[in-house]
Order: sequence, then structure tokens, then C-alpha cells
Amino acid sequence: MHQLTIAEIARGLRDKQFSSVEITSHLLERIQQLDGHYNSFISVTGEQALTDAAAADARLAAGDAPALCGVPIAHKDIFCTSGVRTSCGSKMLDNFVPPYDAAVVENFNRAGAVSLGKTNMDEFAMGSSNESSFYGPVKNPWDLERVPGGSSGGSAAAVAAQLVPGTTATDTGGSIRQPAALTGTTGLKPTYGRVSRWGMIAFASSLDQGGPIARTAEDAALMLSVMAGPDTRDSTCLERPQRDYSASLNDSIQGLKIGVPKEYFGEGLDSEIGARVQEALQAYEKLGAELVEVSLPHSKLAVPAYYVIAPAEASANLSRFDGVRYGYRCENPADLRDLYMRSRGEGFGEEVKRRILVGSYALSAGYYDAYYNKAQQVRRLIKQDFVDAFQKVDVIMGPTAPNPAFKLGEKNADPVAMYLEDIYTIATNLAGLPGMSLPCGFAHGLPVGLQITGNYLDEARMLNVAHQFQQASDWHTKTAPAAE
Amino acid sequence: MEWEVVIGLEVHVQLSTQSKIFSGASTAFGAEPNTQACAIDLAMPGTLPVPNEEAFRYAVMFGLAMNAEIGKRSVFERKNYFYPDLPKGYQTTQLEKPIVGAGQIEIHLEDGSSKTVRLHHAHLEEDAGKSLHEDFHGMSGIDLNRAGTPLIEIVSEPDMRSAAEAVAYLKKIHGIVTCLGISDGDMSQGSLRCDANVSVRLKGEEELGTRTEIKNLNSFRFIEKAIKVEAQRQIDLIEDGGKVVQETRLYDSDKNETRSMRSKEVANDYRYFPCPDLLPVVISDEYIEQIRTELPELPDTKCARFEKDYGLSAYDADQLSQDRGTAEYFEQVAAQSGEPKLAANWVMGEQHC
Amino acid sequence: MAVDAQTVEKLAELARIAISDETIDEVSNRLGDVLQLVDQLQAINTEGVEPMAHPLDEVQVLRADRVTEPNRREEFLALAPQTEAGLYLVPKVID
Repeated sequence: MHQLTIAEIARGLRDKQFSSVEITSHLLERIQQLDGHYNSFISVTGEQALTDAAAADARLAAGDAPALCGVPIAHKDIFCTSGVRTSCGSKMLDNFVPPYDAAVVENFNRAGAVSLGKTNMDEFAMGSSNESSFYGPVKNPWDLERVPGGSSGGSAAAVAAQLVPGTTATDTGGSIRQPAALTGTTGLKPTYGRVSRWGMIAFASSLDQGGPIARTAEDAALMLSVMAGPDTRDSTCLERPQRDYSASLNDSIQGLKIGVPKEYFGEGLDSEIGARVQEALQAYEKLGAELVEVSLPHSKLAVPAYYVIAPAEASANLSRFDGVRYGYRCENPADLRDLYMRSRGEGFGEEVKRRILVGSYALSAGYYDAYYNKAQQVRRLIKQDFVDAFQKVDVIMGPTAPNPAFKLGEKNADPVAMYLEDIYTIATNLAGLPGMSLPCGFAHGLPVGLQITGNYLDEARMLNVAHQFQQASDWHTKTAPAAE
Repeated sequence: MEWEVVIGLEVHVQLSTQSKIFSGASTAFGAEPNTQACAIDLAMPGTLPVPNEEAFRYAVMFGLAMNAEIGKRSVFERKNYFYPDLPKGYQTTQLEKPIVGAGQIEIHLEDGSSKTVRLHHAHLEEDAGKSLHEDFHGMSGIDLNRAGTPLIEIVSEPDMRSAAEAVAYLKKIHGIVTCLGISDGDMSQGSLRCDANVSVRLKGEEELGTRTEIKNLNSFRFIEKAIKVEAQRQIDLIEDGGKVVQETRLYDSDKNETRSMRSKEVANDYRYFPCPDLLPVVISDEYIEQIRTELPELPDTKCARFEKDYGLSAYDADQLSQDRGTAEYFEQVAAQSGEPKLAANWVMGEQHC
Repeated sequence: MAVDAQTVEKLAELARIAISDETIDEVSNRLGDVLQLVDQLQAINTEGVEPMAHPLDEVQVLRADRVTEPNRREEFLALAPQTEAGLYLVPKVID
């Protein structure tokens, strides 16, 4: 039963092959038995899930069931859930139980989905390995000694381990796509503004975007159809109506122009990964697509620009965690300054503190022009590269990550090495474009992700392109070995 | 040696909108603590701001009344600092692209002269909450009802040369905002507050002296006294061979002296940058013109009319026209008595009681 | 390339984050590594390029001036470490 996709579960529930309570209980049992190996959940809300599943079954029986009625999912612990602890992977929010839901959570509730709990993540979504979580690292189901990627490592690992068919996640510099690549799952980061950020704890506001991780593009389309839509509570959320991203999945991709950026196949790319991506591109040619070489000349500046902009925004976004109104407060503060210094010094982990300091530096007097302003200028150049490329092509493809899943602890000592994990994904966030990662084979016995970058608001085509590949390949059906 | 005082004012005016600048919480004064602080005002994780249209309309009205340029594309920025009455750890304000640009107004002085004071700019921002210092076991209590109340901060050029000019300017601002109905102007409730930048120099000098900033002046009388006493302190200091230090000072009305605010002495670096949660606010010419046609009669127009229609002196007409309530009262009395000049004397006499 | 300890202390003060004496060297070194990475930006000429704060060229939609938020004080105060008489408590604020 845990092998079923969201589409299959939704169909099975409607056809009364099984009930929501049945599949929900089955997955909850699986989580209880197996998640000790993966640590992909921070909180499991079993009781609530069973209550919601029973309610969903009643609606299914009554025939007024919404799209995902009774389908089990899980939310990244960055999305606020009313009455359920929302930690953002941080000691700072270990005791924080919000009295409100994120827009994404509301949307899934409205669609009748059943949440099994909250998935593990890098602290405040800052990381590419899930090792910065206060709740301990997540293990990659394909190899328990390796990381699942990050920051949405819990969301990706839970799907890869078949603990849940789909999860919500967020992507600021690659945090959906890179873990999807490292765990052999399908992840989608929508166009900036497609999905409301209301109730999604901010890391870098102009880059953060929520999206799904699932096993297939078809499931990602079903989830995106629920997640995306306008929200007047988020000023940056686009006024585009909700739509059905599944409608065009089966369109032909004959004549599709695929841009292949030469910059994405250079130094630093694992050769086996390069080979798998080339094979995927050849498969697309067989499906009738045409490969076009494109250039993204400023792409090597994406990582440096990102590591100014994201920390700068984060340094302000995380100032609200001050030990006054909610969250962690240090013991016996001597005075106000001590309250701030120690609550934040003790409540945040090392990577979060490092990024706050870097961001403060980039914004401080005398450095603003050289760092922050410069990075924002480079950001425009990076966007323009994509705008130019999309004059010639429909989608852009390349590797999602430069290497397969690496060992726990391998890149911990060197933040810069960790940052380069996102070398191919970050530019998409800076430009605000939609991106996906889908499985396209194995390198060194570990999953490889193919990255698809779409034009603005072109998620439907991206999903169509991904679905057509999955119709012609079976990489997405490969499952991680059973944990012992 | 003859000294000259140079004054620039930063006036904070609370706008009388129903709801806050970035949230739908009420701005009503006097509610029980924290009952009007919603999730956004409290900076709960994941909450986001959405700006209030009325705050922009009020700011544009003010800009037009000040003969100022209107910022057709204004941008909110974050001003970063930690203080318990500032829940987000930054104040959302405007810096590079304010809603109101340069302008100017004329102020009228008691001796019948008048002068022009230039407006540097005016911007929209959010107010902070309040720290209550009654003793809670040696701790302070924080009430965030006021956090997020819309303010316009009106920044003048350093064009005033005496405490009397500063007061006249402030009364002018007060008259404009109350006449427009964009603020109740109630200084006792903090609806209109003023910071004064004061420096001194020898008459004839071109260069400005080192200034100090006197914070949170909340009555016309205190502003006058605070500026006088601060200017004198600076003069005495320099004449004794000392140097003025650029710093923030507080006026103590009991002792009639200013003192240094030590807590604010730590070098601030506010790390302003454009607020990524908000987009540029774009205002069309049509919108501005629409507001222009809806403006009420402004104090200066009213003043001219009082001079012309009622035969009042320039000074009397000015005194009676600046405050909306006074002007309305005077016109009633004038109409009923049929004796405008007597009515003017009577209303002005009553004002001074 | 390390950032000097004095700069780290200044940043820590601005960001209100306590950094212990034992870790300050480590923090300095790692900050230095990150700054070296971002210094790659200096290599490119960006003269005349308009800085980009948002990925899309959208403009702000304003909200009507209506009170929409009910009083939820008790729910919110329940989240706080220390409260009294409807107020959030902090160590004495000195002006």
C-alpha cells in the first residue's frame, strides 16, 4: 500500500478499494517502525491524522470529497500548523505551537488531505545536508551513512522511504530540488509568488518558495494544483488564479526545444552524473525534443550573489527570535542585552548564526554597496541570462546537483564546500524561475537528479515535460532498499 | 560674539486610520494592553505585512498640502535594531524612496513676519509599542497595541533659527494634519511627537555646528523650552572651550535641562535595505489629482479668506485659521454676532485663557 | 582569510548573538571563507545595472483600511516565556 502514488491513492479511495483510515494507519505504522532509521519526521501527529482520515472517509462516502480527500501527506516543519509544534528545525522554536495555519496548510486541509506530521529540515532551512537540524540529521534511505540533501531533507527522505507519498517543502537556493535529486524523488519549486508564503517561516523572503516533493511528476502536479494560488495576505503572491496543473501532462513534447547550458557541464561535476544527464537528454531527443546549446554567462556568480542576498534578508528575518514573545529564552538574563545575546546565542545553531553574521556584515555601513547592492546588480544580470536563453528554448536542462549523496559529516567542516552543492540550483531562485528535479538514473549506486528549469509561470509545461520522461523511463519507480 | 541657533525638526504624526499600517488590527487609543496586537504586529513566525491604502492616501494628502513632490514609486525598507517595543527587530520605514519628497511651507511669526521652511521629505513608517516601567519585580512590561500604528515622519531642512520659529512650524504642521483630518494631532496621547536637531554657530558662519538630537518632545511648550535650554547649553559649552558631541538627548521638564541618553550612545548601524516582503507602491497621476480635488480648505487658504472676507489682520487671521476647531468656532461666532473683528478678539482671548 | 576578532565582535553585537571566546577564532575563520567566496562578485563590472530586489516586476497591492483582526491576546500571551497583567516582561528597559 505504501508503494502507491498520490494519484493511485486518490483513485483507490474513490473506488473504495481501501479507506483513508486504512492507508493512514498503514503509513503511521511504517513511520513508527522505520523512521528511527531515517529521522525524517520531527513530529508525528497520529491521533489527529486518524481523526482527519475518518472524517475524509465520511466525505468520500457522502460523495462530496475534494481533490485530495483522504490522501496522506506531511508538511515540512517550516509551515505553521495550528496546534501542532512548528520548530523550523531549531531549538529556538522547540516549544512553539502556532495558533494559526500557513496558507499551504490551509490549502491542503481544504483539499481534504490528511497530514501525518512535520518533517525534519535544516535549521531555518539553512543547509544542503539536513545536518544543521536541532533534531539531528536525516539519513538518506538509499544509504543510511549518507545525507538526503537539504534543507528539505526530511520531506525528501520520507517520500523516498515510502513513509508518505508526498510532502510539502520549500526552496530558497535548491532546498527542494537538491534533496529530491539525492533521494531519487521528484521535486518542484514553483515560480516565485505562485505559492503563498503566509505562515511559512521566512529564511530569505525574496527567494523562498514552497513546493511539493513526491514520487512522480503526476503527483507533483496534483499537489501543486492544491498549493498554488493567490493570497492577499502575502504581498509577493501573484494574482494568478488556481489552476489544474495535471491537464496538460499528456501533451506531446514533439518539437520541444531544450536548452542545455554549457556552464552546467564543466569542472566540479561528477562525471557519472554528467553521463546520466546526457543519457536523459538523449531520451528526450527520442521523444521528439530538440537540444539547443545555450549560455548562462553569469552563472558562476550565482553562488556568491546568493550568499550575500540570502544571509542579508535572513539577518533581518531572524531578528524577531529574541526571547520576548515566543520561543527560546535563556535562563536568568542579567539584563536586556544579556537576554538578547544569550537567547539568540543559545537558541540558534552554528550555521544560522554564521549566516546572520554574514548578512549583518553585507548590510553594514561601508559594505552595503560593495556587497548587498553589488549582489542585487549581479542578480539582474543572472535573470537577464535566463530571459535571453528563453528567447530560444522552452525549458533548460542540466544536472540538479554536482555530486550524488555524500557522507554524513563529509562537508560539515567547510561551509563553502556545502554551499557549492547548490551551484546549479541557486540561479533559478535568484531569477524567480520555476525548477524541478526528477530521477534520471544512478551514479555510484546513488540516485541522480535531472534539473528542468522552466520559463516564468510555465510550471504546467515543466510538469508535462517531466511526466513524458517518466512515461518513457522507470527511474522514478526505483525504491530505496528496505531499512534493516 | 553673537550666536545663531539652527534647528531642524523631525515630526512624527500618527495617522488616524482605523487599522494598522501593515495589519488589520485596530489603532484605537486606550485599549487594554496587547488586545490590539495581532499575529503580524507581534511578528509571529511566518506572518507578513500588507500595507494600508488609507495610510498612503493620507500621506499623499499631506504631501499636496506641503506643496511637495509625491513619490510615484515608493519603497519600504527595514531599519534594523533591537528593542523590546520593536517586535520584528526592524522597523519598516521608507528611506531612499519616500512617499513625499521635497516641499515647503510658510510660517507666520508673532512680529508679523513670515518665512519659508523647506521640507526635506516625509515618509510612511510603523510606530513601535510601549515599554512600561512600573516595577514588575525589576522588569519592564511591553504593550504592543501601538506597534504598527501608521506614522508619517516629516523631516524639515535645518531652516529654523529660534525656538519660536520651531514652535510656529510645528503649529503649522499640526494645523495642516488636523485640518486634513489625517490625524487627531493629540500631543498628550502621542499622536504628534517631535525630535529637534539643534546646533549653534556664530552668526555669519556658513558651516553648521555639531548637532544634538532632543528626542520625544510632546508639547509646544516643552519644545520651546527644550530648544532654548539646549542651545544655551551648547553656547556655554563652546564658550568654556568645550566641544559639542553629536548625541541623542532627553529633555527633563522638571529640571528644565537636557541630558544625554546613554543607552542610545552605542554606535548604531541600522543596516537599511529594501523590505523583501513588500513591493514598490506605484501611484498614478490620476490618483494624485483625484486626491487634490478632494482636499479640504487648507489653513493658508482659510487665512487669506479670513483677511479678505472679515478684514482681519494677517496675524489674527493666521491665529484663527491654523486649528480646524478654532476656525470653525470663529466662523460661527462671526456669523451669529455679525461682528467678525470682535468675534476674532473674543475667540483669541478665550484661547489664551 | 580570517575576519579580525574585533569585526566579529562588532557584528555579534549588531546581531545580538553571544559568541564565546573559545569559538571566536573558528567563527572568524569561517566568516572569512564565506567572505572570500562572495568577494568573487568584485570581479565583474556592474556599472549602470539597476539592482534587483525582487525577481518579478510586480507592484504592491494595497489593503482596504478595515479592522479585521479580533483580540487573541490570551492565545498569544500563552506562547511567551514571561508575562504579567497582559504584558510581555523583559529585563528592565533603561532609556
